[in-house]
Amino acid sequence: MDTNPALRPGQQGRLKRLLSNQRTVALLALIVLFLFFCVAGDNFASYTTFMSILDSSYYIGFLAMGVTFVIMTGGIDLSCGTVMVCCALISGQLIKNGFPVWPCLVLCIILGGMFGLLNGFMVSVMKLPAFIATLGTMMISRGLGSIITATASVTFPSRRSPDGAFRNIFKMISPDLPTGGLPTGLVLFLVLALVMGLVLGKTKPGRYITALGSNKEATRLSGINIVKWETLAYVLSGLFAGLAGISYAATYSTLLPGTGNGFELDAIAGTVIGGTSLSGGIGSISGTIIGVFIMSVLKTGLPFVGLQPHYQLLFTGIVLVIAVFVDVMNRQRQKT
Amino acid sequence: MADPILVMQGISKAFAGVPALTDVGFDLRAGEVHALMGENGAGKSTLMKILTGIYTRDAGTILLNGTPVTFENPREAQDAGIVIVHQELNLMPHLTVAQNIFIGREPMRGRLIDDQQMIQDARKLFDLLNIDINPAETMGNLTVGRQQMAEIAKAISTDARIIVFDEPTAALTEKETDELFKIIADLRSKGIGIIYISHRMDEIKRITDRVTVMRDGEYVGTLITADSTKDDIIKMMVGRVVYETPKTHSTVPPDAPVVLKVEGLRAGRMVKDVSFELRRGEILGVAGLMGAGRTEMARAIFGADRRDAGEIYVNGKKLRGTTPKDAVEAGISYLSEDRKRFGVMAEMDVTENTTLATLEDYVSGPFINNTKERHTVRTYISQLKIKTPSERQQVRKLSGGNQQKIVIAKWLVKNSQILIFDEPTRGIDVGAKAEIYELMNKLVHEGKSILMISSELTEILRMSDRVMVMCEGYKTAEFSIEEANQENIMHAATLRN
Repeated sequence: MDTNPALRPGQQGRLKRLLSNQRTVALLALIVLFLFFCVAGDNFASYTTFMSILDSSYYIGFLAMGVTFVIMTGGIDLSCGTVMVCCALISGQLIKNGFPVWPCLVLCIILGGMFGLLNGFMVSVMKLPAFIATLGTMMISRGLGSIITATASVTFPSRRSPDGAFRNIFKMISPDLPTGGLPTGLVLFLVLALVMGLVLGKTKPGRYITALGSNKEATRLSGINIVKWETLAYVLSGLFAGLAGISYAATYSTLLPGTGNGFELDAIAGTVIGGTSLSGGIGSISGTIIGVFIMSVLKTGLPFVGLQPHYQLLFTGIVLVIAVFVDVMNRQRQKT
Repeated sequence: MADPILVMQGISKAFAGVPALTDVGFDLRAGEVHALMGENGAGKSTLMKILTGIYTRDAGTILLNGTPVTFENPREAQDAGIVIVHQELNLMPHLTVAQNIFIGREPMRGRLIDDQQMIQDARKLFDLLNIDINPAETMGNLTVGRQQMAEIAKAISTDARIIVFDEPTAALTEKETDELFKIIADLRSKGIGIIYISHRMDEIKRITDRVTVMRDGEYVGTLITADSTKDDIIKMMVGRVVYETPKTHSTVPPDAPVVLKVEGLRAGRMVKDVSFELRRGEILGVAGLMGAGRTEMARAIFGADRRDAGEIYVNGKKLRGTTPKDAVEAGISYLSEDRKRFGVMAEMDVTENTTLATLEDYVSGPFINNTKERHTVRTYISQLKIKTPSERQQVRKLSGGNQQKIVIAKWLVKNSQILIFDEPTRGIDVGAKAEIYELMNKLVHEGKSILMISSELTEILRMSDRVMVMCEGYKTAEFSIEEANQENIMHAATLRN
């Protein structure tokens, strides 16, 4: 039994408990990966690489924060990636047609929320399976984006023009601001992560969403309006998709109606790698952020050890399967 | 009479050290309908699951035509000619009747399934049984009664010599029941042995040759049906030593205010007509057999399921809402019989489970006040003697009794005045059981009222101030605790309307 004499029973128990928390495992994996690339890759440990990791975690991170709430209810949101692009396209088109910038950006977020409301209505009221409902919204939002832009690309105002000022704020790092290289986007990202972490862990909506993901019937029988709270989770996911749309537009000037495919899968993968259970009731925003960073580190790091970027997909897939397997194993062990 | 085709002797079985069957004997002759009776939990199902290879026995022998046999799985039992027609039918609703009957042993032509042959074979089978079902029909389109007949046909097609019927008439209409009995009589004349499990006394009298009664996992006795009365059978079913002192009189004053009044409640297929009153400080016991509609009644009152008709008054005021939220706000709470499915959030901790219904009270500003929350929960942990390492413990790691106490605590924090307890001590060890009884007495003493659904007659008689009995969706009797006894309750519970 006691194979490692260095570990006393108490310590062993603590280690076991620590490893049964997937978020901790994910954090360890992130650190190990990062150190691995630092050692194995040439010039990996540089400011540019670090910024590139942050940059590629940015809008996926927003999507993942929102989708974490949906997955906590035991549902799924396949539409967040295309909703993000759709919202950005619509507001970009309006800006192009001469509407003022800031209201259009607000509209971008609100539109995302509307798509979320639609998802929530279909899942919670119409009782459609979340997979199908959000698959439908995914196609609808993609189609809508193409229709409104007449399949043409949309270019946002450049950073130097007065209309493009928003890009200095929503870009991960803005060298052009008077303050110099202030990472305003990073600040926004971290502040929102903190806020959403508190919402999920410390507020009534977060508690109800967790409860209904854990046991929907028991939650309903406790006198809680599950339709309302389940819908809220989808609305949050939509709002964050809208926000991700703005941050995407701030980072890249031009949007094509076809972009955004597969973003939702990256967001879901990050969430799951970070320890949120697909059956609902277990998860955290901090875990999700860690999960998203694992994927970015892989994406950024692999070229440094001589592997092309497309290897990233392969490795992310492997990490995802391992993460879910660890989760399943832990649950089975708890059951016995 | 003929030699028995089946003899079960000294069968014992324990689950996790708790005996479910102790030294039980049973025998069956060819061409006989032998009833197996007993209260819920008497061990009938366990015995039949051992016979059909679903469970393995700990001790005892099974002789089939004089040869000792042991079945490791249902397939082996089926190959030996023993099949069971379950209360809940095991069928594939999207396949045809013929496909259902021949699943796993389809007639083949080369490497393809011969559908024509299959339909012909099924038709022959139905002709043999005088059943009028189209074998090409989709199973899901048939009524429950028809589906059951298809299931019986399937049993016959495997050359069954022994067929076990587990409460076959529970979901059947009167006409379908008559048809079923005709088929059973036919099977009997073909020399097939039939074991018939049912709670319905008049059916037992009508179609069975012998009755074996079980109680608390033990064999009580066997009667020739024709020579016995309904009372004889009931006496054998309930005539246990009373290990718990029943309540002798109620302390609720007759003029105590009515806190809950239910009139003409009807809901779904299971609740047909229920009216009653619950008084302040009273425990109203609801007795009945499995499938009597008691849980469904409770769920309809609470708004967990839809009400089709009837009125509910709380403290004289009509309950207008139809959701659990409305019921909770009116001061009703519901402790489900199925803790795992409807009671606890297993992944969440003791605190989160306890305060779920009252979370509003712990919110200050945007956040939940964890300190306040924990303080309340600690109070209830000590008050209800909940055994948990801390208030942060995941609920799944606690015992059934402690989980039950957490669900009770949730409603006590809510300070509900009307508590519906559905099988409050099911699956709970003796010690915790006594504590829950004590707690219930304390609650009614404080002026709360409890509607207690229980399948244990001793529990009903020990705790209730008044007893109402349900049978097949109807309230069939109401007794003061002074009048109530096991016999008259069982009588009312087996009345067929």
